[in-house]
Amino acid sequence: MSSEAARLRLKTWICATVVVLTNVFGNFCLKRGMPADLPTPLSYIAAIFQPWAALGVVLLIAWMLSRMTLLSWADLSYVLPVTAIGYVLVALESKLFLHEEITLKRWAGIVLIMAGVALVGAGTAVQTAHPRQEPAR
Amino acid sequence: MKLLLLAIIVVSTAAGEVLAAMGMRRHGEIRDFRFGALGRAAAVLARNRFVIGYVAAMAASFFAFMRLLTVSNLSYAVPVTAITYALETAMAKYVLKEHVNWLRWTGAGLVICGVALVSL
Repeated sequence: MSSEAARLRLKTWICATVVVLTNVFGNFCLKRGMPADLPTPLSYIAAIFQPWAALGVVLLIAWMLSRMTLLSWADLSYVLPVTAIGYVLVALESKLFLHEEITLKRWAGIVLIMAGVALVGAGTAVQTAHPRQEPAR
Repeated sequence: MKLLLLAIIVVSTAAGEVLAAMGMRRHGEIRDFRFGALGRAAAVLARNRFVIGYVAAMAASFFAFMRLLTVSNLSYAVPVTAITYALETAMAKYVLKEHVNWLRWTGAGLVICGVALVSL
């Protein structure tokens, strides 16, 4: 692996870690802060300002920005599988903190999803499309 | 209701991600992570029409996801949205012209099977 490819891979994994963690904890906080019912459009807006939901929104904004950053050099079809570890973390988090029931069938589904995304990501270069250009100054 | 919300989430997320990839590809690799440089990059990106489209699509996806969370468990809502993987992989090949080999197609198939198991 060339030093340029190694640099890009390391940078990709660091950024992907940020993408995964902000997404997992963002969704967790959002679920925790969400009221049981959202009867009107205004109630959606009001729900965002609940402390847990607000923290979730901040984390999901960070997720969006870090994902955009990752997409500035990595292929979309590469970013999709490497960030899929989030599904496993969500399942564990739902069970541990939200005490939600996860059936054997759902676990099997999550394993299949992970197998699929691992296969997609295996041995694939970070970039396969067009080399990126330096941003305009 | 769940299926309608799921359809909104899948379509808007896939379209948004492709728009983001197009916009960020046009912008180029972000190499400087200092605060000022990131601020300048954000200012440039705020005028990028692909990025604007991405934000709009993700907002639609976000509100549909919020609604989905009120009618289902997190362990259902999050994994089931993985169906976007299949759609986005196809769009990566045909719209973004990425090299999507048979491994990636097989992986997309496994993801769809996994999604079916999770949501049935």
